[in-house]
Amino acid sequence: MAVDITFKDVAYTYQAGTPFESQALHDINLTIAEHSFTAIIGHTGSGKSTLVQHLNALLKPTSGTVTIGERKITPETNNKHLKPLRQKVGMVFQFPESQLFEETVAKDIAFGPMNFGMEATVAAKKAAEMLTLVGLPAELLERSPFDLSGGQMRRVAIAGVLAMAPEVLILDEPTAGLDPAGRREIMGMVERLHHEQHLTVVLITHRMEDVANYADHVVVMEQGTIAKVGRPQEVFQDVAWLQARQLGVPETTEFAARLQQRGFKFDQLPLTEAELAAALAPQLPREVVSQQHDE
Amino acid sequence: MMNKLLLGRFIPGDSLIHRLDPRNKLLLSFYYIGIIFLANNWLTYLVLFFFTLFAVYLSNIKMGFFIRGVRPLIWLILFTVLLQVFFTRGGTTYWSWGPIVLSQFGIVNGIYIFMRFVLIIFMSTLLTLTTPPLSLADAIEAILKPLRVVHFPVYEVALMLSIALRFVPTLMDETEKIMNAQRARGVDFGEGNLFQQMRSVVPLLIPLFVSSFNRAEDLATAMEARGYQGGEGRSKYRILTWQARDTWTVLVFGLLTGVLVWLRA
Ligand SMILES: Nc1ncnc2c1ncn2[C@@H]1O[C@H](COP(=O)(O)OP(=O)(O)O)[C@@H](O)[C@H]1O
Ligand SMILES: [Mg+2]
Repeated sequence: MAVDITFKDVAYTYQAGTPFESQALHDINLTIAEHSFTAIIGHTGSGKSTLVQHLNALLKPTSGTVTIGERKITPETNNKHLKPLRQKVGMVFQFPESQLFEETVAKDIAFGPMNFGMEATVAAKKAAEMLTLVGLPAELLERSPFDLSGGQMRRVAIAGVLAMAPEVLILDEPTAGLDPAGRREIMGMVERLHHEQHLTVVLITHRMEDVANYADHVVVMEQGTIAKVGRPQEVFQDVAWLQARQLGVPETTEFAARLQQRGFKFDQLPLTEAELAAALAPQLPREVVSQQHDE
Repeated sequence: MMNKLLLGRFIPGDSLIHRLDPRNKLLLSFYYIGIIFLANNWLTYLVLFFFTLFAVYLSNIKMGFFIRGVRPLIWLILFTVLLQVFFTRGGTTYWSWGPIVLSQFGIVNGIYIFMRFVLIIFMSTLLTLTTPPLSLADAIEAILKPLRVVHFPVYEVALMLSIALRFVPTLMDETEKIMNAQRARGVDFGEGNLFQQMRSVVPLLIPLFVSSFNRAEDLATAMEARGYQGGEGRSKYRILTWQARDTWTVLVFGLLTGVLVWLRA
């Protein structure tokens, strides 16, 4: 079954009808295609987290419609019977390690699948499988999740969501607060899931390198609405526009933009080092290129 | 769901009531509950009723909030009122069945009790809606201060109270966040039978405890690192000052007491 997700004229207001009400989203029109890798970027408070919580009906729009596969979510939608949806669309919240609660890692990973009706023995097997998938050794299975390091806890939490076998995986700043090695491992894992298991991925991130390296779509959020959508190559062309919004571009792109000011020519600003090298090579004086090759 | 929790919620504003000294407001609220018991006839209840309405009007806060304050207690109120109505004898008896009677006095008493509840709830709602929780904690500290002579730990209690109040919103946000995270893992909060509902609380409570303990530890470290020392000689950031308007409100309450004493049966 296809799980395309479509937003039509969606608006969301927190605490609607009280003096504390605040509009977090307005005029959202967006399609997230099956098997795509969508990155959502934007300033803190621009509505990224609010947007993704509509993807598995944790929030219902205050107006407009969200269509998830065959389910239509409108402001009137009943809170019941949303479970199948929650199973299909897995959500890894910001700092997901705060959701761990079981005595052992194995039990915590199995918690989600068992809520969706999986047998305990099958779920236990699944837990072991998922732990390997997130790159943790099997001997952690019987340990308490509270004895692990922060990075390990994060990966256990992610394993707990993956164990539900979702078709869409949402990650809200999954690498926030991790060291470079931890970041690379998590992003590598997400990349594998996207490529090998064809998961649709929606990633909220502040790291433009991740967008450049992994995403095939970018959504730029600004003050509760979508300011720009497109492929990363398109969105990152307008360096000044992004920097005016304090969003920046990948380091490589920024470097290339500076080279452009010095007279180098690019048809399109490169996003990755490989692209930069390819674009730059024909423009360099011959000796420089051959010298580099000699080294 | 947390958003509906209005009891004890502060609504920012700049009305006369908002600007009163919190010590004054707190003491006057208690005093008001006391003088409500002076009322014992239609006239005195009517005076109190309009007095309360006037205070609500002065606060610039919508009536809806006060009515919502009554709602969680409505069953308790109805129960008490019905007891009064059906078990009070006197005056004309309209109907009786065994020990249960419907009498003139019963009906009147029922209405009085109902009024008493509503007036008390309105006035205490007015206090919490117009006073920031931390100011309220300061007021409590100021009022408890005399108890130091009997070695009551006033500063410590006040500090505990401020910290607790400060972290109520944080804890509510945290609760909502963890509930959403567990919902995403297939938990149905508030559904199923009692046993299932009790079980669904575990994945919420344990993370909450863990994060509260972590937070407490961080807070203690931060306070120690900045050389916190409670007790004698510690100066205050928020200083409470008694203004002319506070004196005026006290006088108005004095006048109200006089009127009640004069009009009561
Ligand atoms: N639970 C909530 N209650 C009220 N307002 C909220 C809540 N969560 C977020 N907001 C507000 O909604 C806006 C968007 O927040 P959010 O979606 O978290 O942004 P982002 O994830 O891009 O930082 C912000 O102004 C924020 O203050
Ligand atoms: Mg966010």
